[in-house]
Amino acid sequence: MIEISNVTKEYVEGNKALRNVSITIEDGEFVFIMGRNGSGKTTIFKLLMKEEELTSGRIVVNDMNLGKMPRSYVPKYRRRLGVVFQDFRLLKDLTVYENVAFAQRVVGASNRRIRESVPAMLQMVGLSSKYKMYPHQLSGGEQQRVAIARALINRPEVLLADEPTGNLDSHNAMEIMKLLEEINGMGTTVIVVTHSHEIVEKMHKRVIYMERGCVVGDETAFDPAEEEEDMTEGGEFYED
Amino acid sequence: MRISTFWYCVKQGVRNICRNIWFSLASIATITACIFLFCMFFSIMVNIQHVVRLAETTVGITVFFDEDLNVGQIQAIGSEIARRPEVDRMEFTSEDDAWEIMKEGYFEGAEDLAEGFEEDNPLAGSSSYQIFLNDISKQSQFVAYLNGLNGVRKVNYSNSAAAGLTSFNTVIGLLSVVIIGVLLAVSVFLISNTINVTAAFRKNENQIMRYIGATNGMIRAPFVVEGMIIGLLGAVIPLCVMFFLYHQAVGYLQDRFQILSGIFQFLPLETIFPYMAAAAMLLGLGIGFFASFFTIRKHLRV
Repeated sequence: MIEISNVTKEYVEGNKALRNVSITIEDGEFVFIMGRNGSGKTTIFKLLMKEEELTSGRIVVNDMNLGKMPRSYVPKYRRRLGVVFQDFRLLKDLTVYENVAFAQRVVGASNRRIRESVPAMLQMVGLSSKYKMYPHQLSGGEQQRVAIARALINRPEVLLADEPTGNLDSHNAMEIMKLLEEINGMGTTVIVVTHSHEIVEKMHKRVIYMERGCVVGDETAFDPAEEEEDMTEGGEFYED
Repeated sequence: MRISTFWYCVKQGVRNICRNIWFSLASIATITACIFLFCMFFSIMVNIQHVVRLAETTVGITVFFDEDLNVGQIQAIGSEIARRPEVDRMEFTSEDDAWEIMKEGYFEGAEDLAEGFEEDNPLAGSSSYQIFLNDISKQSQFVAYLNGLNGVRKVNYSNSAAAGLTSFNTVIGLLSVVIIGVLLAVSVFLISNTINVTAAFRKNENQIMRYIGATNGMIRAPFVVEGMIIGLLGAVIPLCVMFFLYHQAVGYLQDRFQILSGIFQFLPLETIFPYMAAAAMLLGLGIGFFASFFTIRKHLRV
């Protein structure tokens, strides 16, 4: 569970990027954090990554209080998170396979483990046949799939995605969202920072709206099929 | 650290060197120059020390005692001197032994001339100790101590050769420390620059590593490997050059300045090379390690 309680973040004195923000995200949830530029959504992302220190308040991720976490523990903490960026951040001189393997190599995984898990992960994101290709030989959507595979290879509990569809057309964007939904279905908590209304509307997931550093709305997820059913049932009731 | 991770870091280190080969070559060249000079001064100093040591073993201090002292009293003073830490060994020569030595030297072939002194030892009261020191630089201090002892009549010693060699050795030592120091500073600066350039190349990679959860050690390792390889190459090249050059230089000096061969006995390369190689390797690896370790620190800030 992720608990953000009364968090304020001030980069420069008097200029608050977050003002008294409180959000709770349960295990296995799929959440969008939405807002315009400067709304504070990326600051939340950075605080969760422990890239920035909060000014006041408390953030607890899976029972770990980030405010009290020593710097030496940060690498271990980050291994429990997966992270995806808008610009993919793939290594250009490594193949698809090597890019995914890289994430395991830097945390000291054995060659045997890498040989076993990377092909399985590439199969999951639908890139088995392209494992020898370099990033520049792939489409934007495929590159983002590689980035997702890299983020998931160390089996994180939480996947953080910062504008993962920002560089993609609507078709590829929806494909990536479906993949993230699949990953969420396997039990991983997924947090997507975005400003795309189109995607948020199509996904029917929980949406936290942010504006000028404050949470201004929190819409819970809904299943359109169930809603339709409810309406039908309601209609029957009225007809009766 | 796993073996696979170790090899991964080594591979990345080599890749870093290849990525900016010209910077790496410049660093290797400077360390090569630095370590070559180190090896040269090392050879000179070791050879001078060898000559000084030879002088120490052949040039002794002779102490004569007051004529009214008997052998027992002289030997008591001798045991007191022997307790001094700077004394390597001592040889006692009684007045009779001294006369025998003199007879052999001066009356060789005319022994009958010496027979006139049969009953009257002309060297009576000339019992002496010859003292050899373990460090010739302490000679003057030791002579002052001897002169201050009760019962000591005279102290004979040769100061010029030992003092000359010792001061030459000191000058060479100081000169080498200064030159090597300057070159070390240049080497550290150049390696540091090379690592900075590599770090700029790898900025994206390092950032991704941090997000994935790589430790500082894991991010730092390829850079440290890079620095150590540069340092190692900078040591191996001058060592190879020295290996071939030493014989040539010794041969040349002995041919050109034959007068030296009487004074100087050059040490064979086989005797000094293992020490020189170990020192040069440590120096190269040390420069590479410290320059890269401290340079990369500022790139590790999360």
